[in-house]
Amino acid sequence: MLLDADNVYYRELNQQIRELVAKGETEFEIVNVRGQRYIADGLDGDLKFLIHGVPGQDMAAFMRGPTIRVEGNVQDGVANTMDEGLIIINGMAGDVVGYAMRGGKVLIKGDVGYRVGIHMKAYKEKFPVLVIGGKAGDFLGEYMAGGAIILLGMITGKPDAPICGRSMGTGMHGGVIYVRGEIPAEQLGPNLKVEPVDAEDMKLITENLEQFCREFGVDLKAVLTEPFQRVKPFSHRPYGNLYVAC
Amino acid sequence: MKAPERYYDFQKDISGCGVFGVINTKRELIPGSMPIQAMCTMHDRGNGLGGGFAAYGIYPDHADKYAFHIMCETQEGLDSAEELIKKFFVIHESQPIPTKPTLAIKNPPIVWRFFLSAKQGGDRPKWRTNDEKDYVVNVIMHINKKTPAFVFSSGKNMGAFKGVGFPEDIAEFFRLDEYQGYIWTGHNRFPTNTPGWWGGAHPFTLLDWSIVHNGEISSYGINRRYLCEHDYECTLMTDTEVVAYEIDMLIRKHGLSLRMASWVFAPPFWDEIDRMPEEQRKAFEALRMVYGPALLNGPFAILVSDGTCLMGLNDRIKLRPLIVAESGSNVFMSSEESSIRDVCRELDTVWAPKAGEPVIVKLED
Repeated sequence: MLLDADNVYYRELNQQIRELVAKGETEFEIVNVRGQRYIADGLDGDLKFLIHGVPGQDMAAFMRGPTIRVEGNVQDGVANTMDEGLIIINGMAGDVVGYAMRGGKVLIKGDVGYRVGIHMKAYKEKFPVLVIGGKAGDFLGEYMAGGAIILLGMITGKPDAPICGRSMGTGMHGGVIYVRGEIPAEQLGPNLKVEPVDAEDMKLITENLEQFCREFGVDLKAVLTEPFQRVKPFSHRPYGNLYVAC
Repeated sequence: MKAPERYYDFQKDISGCGVFGVINTKRELIPGSMPIQAMCTMHDRGNGLGGGFAAYGIYPDHADKYAFHIMCETQEGLDSAEELIKKFFVIHESQPIPTKPTLAIKNPPIVWRFFLSAKQGGDRPKWRTNDEKDYVVNVIMHINKKTPAFVFSSGKNMGAFKGVGFPEDIAEFFRLDEYQGYIWTGHNRFPTNTPGWWGGAHPFTLLDWSIVHNGEISSYGINRRYLCEHDYECTLMTDTEVVAYEIDMLIRKHGLSLRMASWVFAPPFWDEIDRMPEEQRKAFEALRMVYGPALLNGPFAILVSDGTCLMGLNDRIKLRPLIVAESGSNVFMSSEESSIRDVCRELDTVWAPKAGEPVIVKLED
């Protein structure tokens, strides 16, 4: 189903999508998207979206299952508390991507903004994954509790910037951030350990990178030429004693 | 405490302010319709309690005169402001700002404009010794404090237009589609801590400076007291006013560059200063010590112009969005990329600037 979002208010667009979904439509191609908020929010099941343009805030929030491919950049709050599904962004992303994300996968070709992957969490079979082809701003994976972030720093508009911003992983107490190449020590938050990856890590990394490279036409071999580092909290409960009198 | 019944059904506005700016580095004129359209795309970032625009290059026939835009609830108030203006300025033209009745704009104040040149001297010794711009600033502060009228724009060949309403309604009210400028900024307001009233809408201006701001200046109290010590008095009941006056003080009075002023507003963290080479470290320590009370705490994305440049700056931990894009000789800065794409489909570059690092785009000449 082809939808033209040119000058369509976000409420009308989303209402239209929901009505079509209720009628059993499962594939959507939406053109001329410019700033419409809340696209595919809370949608459930095996739906496919191809979006041309720049979708607005909070795309795919609370989404459970659909696949979205965006041909363009996205703004802030993509995959907010997303539960399941796949988002492929053929461009760059704004701030707070994957906030409190609890399942599913987001692949971003280029750079991402600040506070990406904060509060990500995992539970039983739910394991959210975020793959970033470019560089990240400050507070990547802040308060992270589960899941994985893979940061490549390769496809970037910021050649001089460090691969990640300040305070990476601050308050992190679960999950893992994989970084390609070296991590500048001063950008790391406290209570974290940085180690070389092992075979099990590489399995997870390679699986996800195969998909990333397929989606964006990137050479996997070139991505794997540099070793990856693993960032994890230094213990199971690094903040366990934070509020304990001693 | 128990949540209200069916709390999940409540309609709630979820928003922040929105800013948009564009500069044509070759001084080619951009019609008002462009910033208006861009602000329309970000309609939902505001809630109708404030909208406004600043435009540079709109009064070429009066380019050497101070263009005062004044608003007042009553004719008597406006008259009292005019009395003061007559005393301190030569009035070259005096006219209502062209407006048209707009359904969405309720109870607008009287909006008036004067094209003025300064009558140096006046009746106060201090005003005789200061330079012309100080003199103009002093008179503006005086009018804003002593009369019920407010000067909301005072630069040359530029003007601010603002009020209570969505930006597209304010634009219609002030007939901004009839103006053309080489720099435009726009603002959509979602007031949080201060009243949504005509004087409190953005942009805030002083002389040629104009500023629009998305965020909240938590350090307003200390900034305001600091400015008061330097003869800038805040009268508009909105935090962003301090940024306009601080910029004027730091750059025009103290001779700092825009880059330096940005370091005052959003200084590097102390741990970053500690890692700098010694001379640089000392300079930054000095800047933080001397201008501590001018630091802007809290979230902000601001757009600043003085008619020669457009600057975008974020707070140092990026608590508000800002996107910069280029297309030919036009450079855009906005809260949302979609608003830029709405007025310019093909962009040469798009990026999100680093927190605390200004993007300064100057005119070519």
